[in-house]
Amino acid sequence: MSDRPGYRTVERPALTLADRLVFPAILKGMAITASHIFEKKVTMQYPEEKWTLPEYYRGVPSLVMDDENREKCVACSLCEFVCPPRAITIVPEERPGGGREEKQPAVFDIDMLRCIFCGYCEEVCPEEAIFMSKEYEVVGRSREEMVFHKDRLYEIGGVRKDPHRKWKNADDEARAQGRGHGHGPAQV
Amino acid sequence: MTTWPSWQPEVLSFLPAWLWKVICIFLVLQMPPILVSLLVWAERRVSAWIQDRVGPNRVGPFGLLQSVADLVKFVFKEDVVPGQVNRVLYSVAPALAMVPGLVTFSLLPFAERFMVSDLDSGLLMLFAISSLAVYGIQIGGWASNSKYALIGGVRASAQIISYELTLGLAAAVVVLFTGSLNLAEMVRWQSETRILGLLPAWTIFVFPGGTVAFVIFITSAFAETNRLPFDMPEAESELAAGYHVEYSSMKFALFFLGEYAAMIVMSGLMTTLFLGGWSLFGLERVMEGTIWQTLIQTGIWWAKTLFFLFVFIWIRWTLPRFRYDQLMRLGWKVFLPLSLANLLVAAWMRTWGMWGASA
Repeated sequence: MSDRPGYRTVERPALTLADRLVFPAILKGMAITASHIFEKKVTMQYPEEKWTLPEYYRGVPSLVMDDENREKCVACSLCEFVCPPRAITIVPEERPGGGREEKQPAVFDIDMLRCIFCGYCEEVCPEEAIFMSKEYEVVGRSREEMVFHKDRLYEIGGVRKDPHRKWKNADDEARAQGRGHGHGPAQV
Repeated sequence: MTTWPSWQPEVLSFLPAWLWKVICIFLVLQMPPILVSLLVWAERRVSAWIQDRVGPNRVGPFGLLQSVADLVKFVFKEDVVPGQVNRVLYSVAPALAMVPGLVTFSLLPFAERFMVSDLDSGLLMLFAISSLAVYGIQIGGWASNSKYALIGGVRASAQIISYELTLGLAAAVVVLFTGSLNLAEMVRWQSETRILGLLPAWTIFVFPGGTVAFVIFITSAFAETNRLPFDMPEAESELAAGYHVEYSSMKFALFFLGEYAAMIVMSGLMTTLFLGGWSLFGLERVMEGTIWQTLIQTGIWWAKTLFFLFVFIWIRWTLPRFRYDQLMRLGWKVFLPLSLANLLVAAWMRTWGMWGASA
């Protein structure tokens, strides 16, 4: 009832003759759809045009080298352990030239059929050696091809200008002592 | 009046009559497959445009060869025959659905001197054949031995039978005015009669009843061809795909071809009955008797028909599906009385000589 507090009765509008004939409404709808024919299209011609990806985009995980082309990964295997779908396989080996870092990965595989692009590997990496790239076109003709090996991962990651230069002091120290680089050259 | 057979262009009058007929048949037989493939492409492009998309544009110029790619896909797909079906009827149904669409093409008057069969009972014949298509759908639905297909088939037959009435009654108005069942005669009447001595008397303009008949006809045509907003037999959201849910490969393609061929025939019929067929403000009389006249007339006819085909697609991507009871109510309680009354008014006007062919 309309006199109940807090309630308001809404009158159902009476249908006009035009409403009941339906056809005016249909013509109106057709005018709307016809106007869309000439509207600007939202389609992106994909392989030619591509999205501009945001900074936080999580694509294929990739290994990066520092600005002196050195392999940053020290094969600590933290990413291997943290990886929820267990997509990462690392076989460490001794790093020649020996510096403060003792190990480097002999094998670094990411099975892209398993990877869920969660980005935990990037978060956990103490050496800032693994980053989620903006690469999203992951294709292959076989299961083997879908396992990305170290060379491919470095190819995707490339060189990353590291703002922190966290090994800078150690490097300089090592050079001063004539031990060469604190890290061996990239084994790529 | 003329020394050549009235259905043969003058330039080609040296050809024996039977040879010209064979050429006609050959040309007309090419039309359905070409047009259907064009239509499938148009359907996808127009739907895309209406939804602010681009649509298939990769295969060939403007994506025109998309249908060829579709066809190749259909041909190479596995022809799955489910185990529970009635094998004979299951195989016959797609052909039954397609043949009426192709046969009715032979009755359409593309131009004054270009049609396969110039029957005096052309309109009757056309209705008789095109209504056979319901057998293909019904048998396909039944033979599939699947609940979705069966319901789709039953719906289709109920719907097509219901709307055939109003379709016929709307066309009867045109018959009253033009005084002939011959489709070519109808066009000739519309092209030669003048409203106020100026406008060609296309049935849609002749009197308000003609417009009403046209509206009834086009709506019934949508129901007859199972197109949205009356696509009850398919109704993806309710019946998966309706009567052809169990079909695959070329059998499915035949259903598709039949449906689109029926659409073309219905559009052609609307052009012929209501929009003056091959006539366009006297343009149809240019270069009388030459092959150019035939070409111009065919062009005019197809332009009008293609417009209606566009409307078919346009409506499909505008309106949602009717409910089944709404469909039946519209057919039996609205259109049937309306078309009967319309026919009476038309008969009255015709008897009193206000319009129509001279008695």
